[in-house]
Amino acid sequence: MRLIEVINGPTACHLPPLGRSGIASRFGRRHAVGPKPVFGAAVLALFLLGAGAGGLAGQEDLGKVTYDRWCGGCHGVDGDGLGVAAEYMLPRPRDFTLALYQIRTTASGELPTDADIRHIIDVGMPNTTMPGWENLLSEAERDALVEYLKTFSRFFGRGDVPQAIDFGRATKVSEAVLTEGQEQYQAMECFKCHGDFGRGDGASASTLEDDGSFPIRAADLTENWKFNGGGSVEDIFRRLRTGLDGTPMPSYQDVVDAGVITEEQLWSLAHYVRSLAPEDAPGIDEVIRAELIQDAALPTTVDDPAWDAVGVSYIPLVGQIIVSPRWFDPRVDGLWVQAMHDGQELAMRIRWSDPSQSPDPDWAEWKALIIDLMAPKEGDPPEAGPTPDRLVVQFPKEIPTGLERPYFLMGDQRNPVYQWQWRSDQSGAVEAEARGLGTATALPSAEQAVTASAAFADGQWTLMLRRPITTESASDLDFTTGEAIPVAFFAWDGDNGESGTRAAISSWYFVFLEEPTSATVFIAPLAAFAITGSLGLLVVGRARKREQEGVVTEDEPPDEE
Amino acid sequence: MFDGIDLKKVMAATVAAFIVTGCGGGGDSGGGGDSGGAAAVENPVDAATAGNIAGSIAFEGDPPSPQTIDMDEEPVCADKHASTPMIEDVVVNEDGGLANVFVYVKEGLESLQFPTPRQPVTLDQNGCVYIPHVLGVMAGQDITIKNSDGLLHNINASPTENRGFNMSQPVNMESMRSFRFAEVMVPVRCDVHGWMTAYIGVVGHPFYAVSGSDGSFDLSTLPPGDYVIEAWHERYGTQTQNVTVVTGETATVTFTFSESMAGAVVPLGEAIDPHDHGSEAVRADQ
Repeated sequence: MRLIEVINGPTACHLPPLGRSGIASRFGRRHAVGPKPVFGAAVLALFLLGAGAGGLAGQEDLGKVTYDRWCGGCHGVDGDGLGVAAEYMLPRPRDFTLALYQIRTTASGELPTDADIRHIIDVGMPNTTMPGWENLLSEAERDALVEYLKTFSRFFGRGDVPQAIDFGRATKVSEAVLTEGQEQYQAMECFKCHGDFGRGDGASASTLEDDGSFPIRAADLTENWKFNGGGSVEDIFRRLRTGLDGTPMPSYQDVVDAGVITEEQLWSLAHYVRSLAPEDAPGIDEVIRAELIQDAALPTTVDDPAWDAVGVSYIPLVGQIIVSPRWFDPRVDGLWVQAMHDGQELAMRIRWSDPSQSPDPDWAEWKALIIDLMAPKEGDPPEAGPTPDRLVVQFPKEIPTGLERPYFLMGDQRNPVYQWQWRSDQSGAVEAEARGLGTATALPSAEQAVTASAAFADGQWTLMLRRPITTESASDLDFTTGEAIPVAFFAWDGDNGESGTRAAISSWYFVFLEEPTSATVFIAPLAAFAITGSLGLLVVGRARKREQEGVVTEDEPPDEE
Repeated sequence: MFDGIDLKKVMAATVAAFIVTGCGGGGDSGGGGDSGGAAAVENPVDAATAGNIAGSIAFEGDPPSPQTIDMDEEPVCADKHASTPMIEDVVVNEDGGLANVFVYVKEGLESLQFPTPRQPVTLDQNGCVYIPHVLGVMAGQDITIKNSDGLLHNINASPTENRGFNMSQPVNMESMRSFRFAEVMVPVRCDVHGWMTAYIGVVGHPFYAVSGSDGSFDLSTLPPGDYVIEAWHERYGTQTQNVTVVTGETATVTFTFSESMAGAVVPLGEAIDPHDHGSEAVRADQ
């Protein structure tokens, strides 16, 4: 029933001036790059706008009017989290009747402050379908919403005044602090849910439920830009102190009170958790650069150190909600893609977080729950039996000459696409042609040229795909250097109930193979140098000659003829 | 589950009480008072005129076969169990006695106020199970929550009448909590170990019990009078019986549960309509 919610916020604490504007601008930037908000917006567009048509403003309370119009579609007009769109969402929209709010500045079990509620209305919940409303609703509307939300729960009527915690100031980060934090990550057993490297793949992750008995994911700590409540070290510290009510994430306040961990150590833990994610949230690179490797061989393994030397592009994925059966709960929400080539072969390495190597029996119950929740109203039932993890890299069959590319959802009859298909229950990869979602057919075995190797460790897949840049086959794509070649990606987490059209998808991006530096590249400058040099010498020589002649001429009057 | 009328009255009264006193107030179940005030309350029961209830919980038919708990992921806990640990939802002995049934006086004590015991009750986590699995406590009485396993447990209490909590206990340690209002029952779970569940019955008076391994329970030193006794089981729901207590005598009562009752009654509190002061009108508008 109830789910993801709310708040963090301007508090009466001594945090650095992290006020609303600071947090908001930070999130504004991250929203721009995170895929889930895009997905959330799409879901909202699908369900909410239609539901928001009513609204006779005027005599009625501003909070109610605003709520019924913009919030009720998901949270339900009675605040019970049972809006018309709710069943398409996981986490489910918050049920306000129990006044359980995830993001607070108050102790576990306490009511949130008004500022806490307002903050989440403003910035949203990045890893859910809850958008921020700061730029969509007026200040008065958002304030009125805070008051109206509170009327859904009698807990706000009891006269209890929520007290914001004084969180103090963040300690300074250092290597020693991070080491201490890592030790505390072990000691506090954060890995039980979040996994050894924070990718949400801990031993208990597959059994977690929220307060509405819906399956809930342990946060992937390597993606702090998607943290509900914010990804700064201060935000993380607050979550550790207060817990996220309504979720399995407990408060560590009692652990501090009991002297098991000091506040300083808790800050170190927060710093360590922050360090698991990149310094900055990834931007979206439209172009994946395949670097040219000239004096070394292409990598032969997924963990070849050569991969550390090339750039990484982040490709966000969203649920496939265009073709039925649609998929509203994609597990794979982003890929880290690298590429290189040596003039003969193209190698691509793709990494993504996935808590299990599907099919994993430990996740069978999770899968059943997800399918039960997300699939029933979406056409054909999902694939029966064990489902693997899958990844597809897609190109057009030919490099388009103009701007037109095949339909990104695996092409269509007129304009097919060419794919590299990999799945976790088979070795290697398959080249295929597709003319629409679900129509892929493998190329003849004689024309199969792509090779694949994959490794799964600590909640992460690493997949390497290699193929000659050009092949004999007429059915595939011959890559060329120096051109932006469209590429798109599809991913499935089998243990999350994903197969067929129940997939995570990207739009078209580009891969750009750096131009080979052919002999002319080296000769041209030399030639240019030589030509310039000889021309220079010529000019100088002639000038000198003319000078000498001139001198003669000038010094000596021309002979009379 | 809350059938509207009673609840509304109780809620209205409760809200009124808050408005007047600013704190405290009665819960909806278990009658009796609350713990809100610190003011000392004398035990109103005269032992000389009191009577007792002796009861038993019978299980009819074949109980479902018990589910084992796979504790492989926590060898420290697994080693604490001499035999394979079992889920404690249905525990029936050879004579058909059903354990872990919470029994309490639901009606008949409304006019009396009882002192809150100073002695805390203990909810222990030992061997990755809650001990006890079902626990009774008075509103406002301290509960010592103890981790005897020395590994991470979280204690996630999700009441509906009270405010809940979700705390971490990653080492051997103790924490104290209490519930302000009567509530039957408050579910408690450990998210790290999905099999760990406990239920806490919070009532406004001291007349509650949990049936033992033989299915028996006692409610002693009750003022003479007519009572409604409720028996709650996590799988089989609730039952009530009317019992008359006479001075110096022990009334007997037997509750009978069977597998056919599984899931028939939602045993835990449900969310309450937030707009019970005017929700009908609001809904009609929409």
